[in-house]
Amino acid sequence: MRYAMAVDTRKCVGCSDCVVACQTENNVPIGYCRDWVVEVIDGTYPQLEMEIRSERCNHCVNAPCVRCCPTGASHMVDGGIVLVKQSECIGCGACMESCPYDARYPHPSGYVDKCTFCEHRIKNGMSPACVEVCPTKCLHFGDLDDPNSDVSVVLKKRKSKTLIPEAGTDPQLYFLI
Amino acid sequence: MTSRRNFIKISAMGAGVLAVGAGGYKVIKTLSSPEEVEKLVVDLKRTPTYCEICFWKCAGWVYKTSEGKIWKIIGNDEDLHSNGRFCPRGTGGVGMYYDEDRLKTPMIRVEERGKQIFREASWDEAFSFIAEKMKIIAKEHGTECIALFTHGSGGKYFGDLLKAFGSTNIAAPSYAQCRGPREVAFIATFGEGLDSPEPTDIRDTKCLVLIGSHIGENMHNGQVQEMSDAIDKGATIITVDPRFSTAAGKSKYWLPIKPATDLALLLSWIHVIINEEYYDKKYVEKYTYGFAQLADAVKNYTPEWAYGITTIKPDIIRKTAKEMANAAPAVIVHPGRHVTWYGDDTQRERAVAILNALLGSWGRRGGFYRSETFELPSYPHPAFPETNRTWRDAFPGKFVLADLALASGVCEATIPVTTRDCSYKGWIINGTNLIETLPNQKQTIEAIQNLDLMVVIDTMPMEITGWADVILPECTYLERYDSLRTSPHRKPQIALRMPAAEPKYNTRSAYWMARQLAIKLGLEAYFPYENIEEMLDWQLKEIGSSLEEMQRIGVKTMPRETGDLYFADNEDIEFYTNTGKIELYSTSFVNEGFDPIPKYTAHPEPPQGFYRLIYGRAPMHTFTRTSNNPNLFDLMDENSLWVNPKVAKEWYLKNEQEIFVMNQDGVKSQFPIKVRITERIRWDSVYMVHGFGHADKKLSRTYGRGASDTKLITNVMVDPIMGGTGMRGNFVTFLTNLDETEVAS
Repeated sequence: MRYAMAVDTRKCVGCSDCVVACQTENNVPIGYCRDWVVEVIDGTYPQLEMEIRSERCNHCVNAPCVRCCPTGASHMVDGGIVLVKQSECIGCGACMESCPYDARYPHPSGYVDKCTFCEHRIKNGMSPACVEVCPTKCLHFGDLDDPNSDVSVVLKKRKSKTLIPEAGTDPQLYFLI
Repeated sequence: MTSRRNFIKISAMGAGVLAVGAGGYKVIKTLSSPEEVEKLVVDLKRTPTYCEICFWKCAGWVYKTSEGKIWKIIGNDEDLHSNGRFCPRGTGGVGMYYDEDRLKTPMIRVEERGKQIFREASWDEAFSFIAEKMKIIAKEHGTECIALFTHGSGGKYFGDLLKAFGSTNIAAPSYAQCRGPREVAFIATFGEGLDSPEPTDIRDTKCLVLIGSHIGENMHNGQVQEMSDAIDKGATIITVDPRFSTAAGKSKYWLPIKPATDLALLLSWIHVIINEEYYDKKYVEKYTYGFAQLADAVKNYTPEWAYGITTIKPDIIRKTAKEMANAAPAVIVHPGRHVTWYGDDTQRERAVAILNALLGSWGRRGGFYRSETFELPSYPHPAFPETNRTWRDAFPGKFVLADLALASGVCEATIPVTTRDCSYKGWIINGTNLIETLPNQKQTIEAIQNLDLMVVIDTMPMEITGWADVILPECTYLERYDSLRTSPHRKPQIALRMPAAEPKYNTRSAYWMARQLAIKLGLEAYFPYENIEEMLDWQLKEIGSSLEEMQRIGVKTMPRETGDLYFADNEDIEFYTNTGKIELYSTSFVNEGFDPIPKYTAHPEPPQGFYRLIYGRAPMHTFTRTSNNPNLFDLMDENSLWVNPKVAKEWYLKNEQEIFVMNQDGVKSQFPIKVRITERIRWDSVYMVHGFGHADKKLSRTYGRGASDTKLITNVMVDPIMGGTGMRGNFVTFLTNLDETEVAS
């Protein structure tokens, strides 16, 4: 089993619904977020291109945050989801430093927090909150080992890219272009 | 590397990268561990609602924690407005409930208007105060001298109260400050308006043409969703906008038009479609009136003529016209929603309507469908009294084609003039921040200073509450029942809103307030039900449902009774116009002395050193009402002034630099606004998101953040046809060296 997400940049309008849905679903304190939106503009008026991306933890196969965690709080579970065990996290921030995607934040309670792919939901057969809410249906989630999963189907059909592939982390957040 | 939490992200792709949705502010919520979150998932308690954060009114479920605290709001899968997916504002609706700045108890003003000095009052005292003043106004000036301004669900009950009292002056700024011109234009053309949600069949369209409409930034949920579906299906999007909007970024053609020249482009498209015989001949022949006059009227509007005006190249005008024709009838030239721009907006919208008629998209799949509204029985009450005067009496012979009251008109008719025998003396305002909604703030404040009574009913302190005599704190939509939602759609539906929690503080629902006030005024008979639940249950039982059923399902879909969504092939149709046809040549306009076919007239251009002020929406906010919502503030906490890099260079402006803005009349922004240097805006214009620059200190988060576009809109171009207030004719310049206190004074 290998969970992954694909973000359709052709459809994303950058509304940030994924951000607020995650915040309410996971009780992320106000002022912090586990996912965010990036807008990239290229060109000169009026020859312009725009890419909008909903970003979050890449749940890397080769996750530097897991490798560098001194206590083992950062760990990987079934399906390749990278999680933080709060009780074992000492808040040293090594994982935050090592993440090429800046996907983690220091929770005010003293531990480091990040996207969990809404593990508590997917194990009950639901999609992550961001996927479920997205008005443009630009987020696709599922098991890459299942050829019929939403994410497998869409990645087969469309061209995609990952961010900073040269970091060698084998990220599992794909962007359909 | 630079942190995203510092708001700017560096990327390989080039200039202008901005991260949104990441802030860094004080923590106000207590936190739950994942274990606790997990527990919440199993212990689900949910109640139905429909959203009140904007006018789209999506239906959903409010989920609570096992301790009964409001947790999250999720769309109802049965709901046609949201298809089970709420927009960011609806998702962040919980913040409206938790906002600690809410109005908490009734208040009565103790000093002069504008000084925000109030004392707390009991409900009974507040209602007695209002009722006494209303009776005095009725005696001295007549019941009609009280007007209601409303934008929200409570309007129904305050409206009924006012009608029972003897006034039909009920105005919503959503008409003359927003969508009025397009309603009048479509009524003149097709015999019916567009209403809300608009019956645009975007999901099945092959070509979507947006003219200044920024779907995706305006988060009209169903339309955003359907635009996404259309992108999936390979539809062509053509966006006309001086700004590289989000929609422009998803378009096959972006036409970066010179602002204020849209009508020239539309007329030129009509010219091409007629001249190249791209129009739907069978449809035009069968359904329309005045084709020959139209063809003659547009014969000189060539693409070459339009090029000099719009800066859009003739071959692009021809190509895009061809794209529309190829897609027809599955094409939508979108009418937009906020269309009060230049004072000739009804005529511009007429051109939009004519274009759709020529392409045969009205009543066709992928064009405009025939929506249906479920008709609920009204609760029984005595007949409303006859009234002698309406807002129209203040404007003899003017705006006769307006089909609803003008909020700006009522405002103007509140300032006494010798030629008018009576001006408005009382305003009741529910859910609309008039100071920031009506253009020309000076006039709004002058009108307010002439009132004998001003009541504001709202959930939040706003600029407008500061001017009130009495403030009545309304509970949020998450704490109350309201009327059933029956808006038009592909299938008729009803949706229930019920409280997910008891009202916080000393707040109450509109129904309760209107009824209590009715009792004080001796009008109790108009509100026969003590509780709104009884009324809703009666209404629902009349149609074979019940309150209990709706509490369980939230949304109920009813069968269509008006036939198919689209015209059948060769179907005979009688349109509700004078001729019974789609009027390319408008007989109602010509009868009233207006051009029966739109004509292009040029609009003023910015003086040297000034730039046209364009404003719009952000997906995470609704007007001025959400900027203090903690969840939505977290997504976007201020607006910025978009400036083209060429202009920024000329003015030595830096990204993120705080400046003041001044308009052509010397009116300055009250607060500084940050510059955003971006290629996304033309060099002759600047842009800001509407709804910021709040001047009410009681809004602890949003006070003083960003600038208010409304404050800078002092030049208002009134549409002679229906009284819409054109607001895009204001020009601003940058003040980079001024002392802050001097500007703010």
